[in-house]
Amino acid sequence: MDALPTATAAVLDRDGLQALIEALAARGFRVCGPVVRDAAIVYDEISGVADLPAGWTDRQAPGRYRLERRADQALFGFAAVPQAWKRFLHPPVETLWRVRQGEDGMLFSSAVETAPRYAFLGVRACDLRAIAIQDRVFCADDCRDDAYERRRRDAFIVALNCSEAGDTCFCVSMGTGPRAEGAFDLALTELLDASRHEFLVEVGSAAGEELLAGLPRRTATEPDRAAAASVVARTAGRMGRSLETAGLQELLESNPEHPRWDEVAERCLACANCTMVCPTCFCTTLEDHSDLSGGSAERVRLWDSCFTLDFSYIHGGSVRQTDKGRYRQWMTHKLATWFDQFGSSGCVGCGRCITWCPVGIDITEEAAAIRATPHIQGGDHG
Amino acid sequence: MVAPDPFLPQPYRVERRRRELVGAVTLELAPLVGARPDFAPGQFNMLYVFGVGEVAISLSGDAERGTTFVHTVRNVGAVSGALTRLEVGASVGVRGPFGRGWPLTGAEGADLLLVAGGLGLAPLRPALYAILARRERYGRVLIMVGSRSPEDILYRRELEHWRRRPDLEVLLTVDHADADWHGHVGVVPALIPHAGLDPARTLALVCGPEVMMRFAANALLAAGIGPGRIHLSMERNMKCAVGQCGHCQFGPFFVCKDGPVLGLDRIGGILAVPEI
Repeated sequence: MDALPTATAAVLDRDGLQALIEALAARGFRVCGPVVRDAAIVYDEISGVADLPAGWTDRQAPGRYRLERRADQALFGFAAVPQAWKRFLHPPVETLWRVRQGEDGMLFSSAVETAPRYAFLGVRACDLRAIAIQDRVFCADDCRDDAYERRRRDAFIVALNCSEAGDTCFCVSMGTGPRAEGAFDLALTELLDASRHEFLVEVGSAAGEELLAGLPRRTATEPDRAAAASVVARTAGRMGRSLETAGLQELLESNPEHPRWDEVAERCLACANCTMVCPTCFCTTLEDHSDLSGGSAERVRLWDSCFTLDFSYIHGGSVRQTDKGRYRQWMTHKLATWFDQFGSSGCVGCGRCITWCPVGIDITEEAAAIRATPHIQGGDHG
Repeated sequence: MVAPDPFLPQPYRVERRRRELVGAVTLELAPLVGARPDFAPGQFNMLYVFGVGEVAISLSGDAERGTTFVHTVRNVGAVSGALTRLEVGASVGVRGPFGRGWPLTGAEGADLLLVAGGLGLAPLRPALYAILARRERYGRVLIMVGSRSPEDILYRRELEHWRRRPDLEVLLTVDHADADWHGHVGVVPALIPHAGLDPARTLALVCGPEVMMRFAANALLAAGIGPGRIHLSMERNMKCAVGQCGHCQFGPFFVCKDGPVLGLDRIGGILAVPEI
């Protein structure tokens, strides 16, 4: 996505948004956006504005997620949805290769399928940052995941500046939102009051500009831009929580024996929900399956979680036997060692891990507890 | 040139198979097409047995000679067990080599101490071959090998051969001696204080069970060797071998690509912490 010198902007009404979705579909994209299903808002294929969750919002709290009716007909009047975009870019199940027994030995062939070209409608700032973070994992210089890179390169991203903040949101403190910044093609801000229901559209790439040019629209005025800025400012002021990040990497890396890890382990069920909903958690396992005839086999890559006992298994037993060890691994990786590995935090402040934890463990509260009574440990090698 | 898919194994064939110890064999694997890639001492491959699975196994042959990959494998699980049961001619999938090996470049002029526990000698053997190929570039070269019992000494004939070389000091110790054993008895770190090491000149390469490496690291530090001159070959669960599956994390490190050989100056702080 090529950066443009100045951010061009236009205003679409609902029909204009419908035209945007249709234009993406006409260009061969599989358009995915938020839809209501199973008492939640999830991302799936959409064909028009009518599929969007008009008039719905969510109430999120630690261990709690409920859909509720809104007083208005906002299309994007909700916070982070349970599953992030990672399930499209980094699929939960992916066959990597197949092998069959030939005359002279095994014959391996790649089985990675060509993915559809996705257009994502409504990528929030936190999720936009999460995608950039996963890019560093899968598009590293020393090893690239070609299939991921292809899906990523082909994706058309319509970002969303948030108009609602959930009780578990803390993107402001992570410096990741609520305003979408970075690599998007177009970015929407929903402008909704008694007099209008429109969307300010900002252009982030040449492809975005080209698409926008064909849509029924009007030029954005200074008041439109000001209205969009005030939506973002209002959202930023309504964050449910915050995470103090100053010195957090050193704090966690120097406190592996803090008593708080024992305390949180008493509550943690090691269910792995947090890792499944996290938009940056990237861990996978590899499974080898063979058919009944024994003539062919395949390798499948599946999402995995550092909360399973199997994750760290080496002969003789798992390295991380206790919930304490596993929770510490997850949180320390997310907030601290991620910097060592990829140059940024692994947390974008979306709050999903808090909402979807069945016992309501709050990563911001756990980090604050360690900060409150740091027990700095020396470097002994005993 | 298109980089090869790091996830796709290449077909190899078992060229030779030698029984080493109870449950441990050495396999020589030849590529079905082309030549084996170059490797550095201390690196590892991912070996795949048809329909069973894949496991990380260190390279234990001579990096500068031969056309095969040499791997010593012990039966400790489904895949390693299947590997030990392969016959000559059997097919194996190979991905690799992966990881960072022993820091031999830049070690010229140093005294080298190789400390092995059990099968930990296997990843050290390529380092020893490389050292012996240009023996004149190094000072003292010592190998300390600890084994459970005399029957559990890996590469014993080769060790006996090396022991006769005047330019190599080979110290063997066993946990449990039998009536014919006249050597050291005890754990391998216990040999370190008595080796007369020159701490400023010594570079230590250590491989074995993690608990043995912790004790060896402490003994080396106590002998005055700086943590930057002590290198350990770490073991963690490995699936992808390229830093993308997350399994092998050890604090900030991916053992598969930052290691498996890591300096104690980098890992000393976390080596002692349980469950890191």
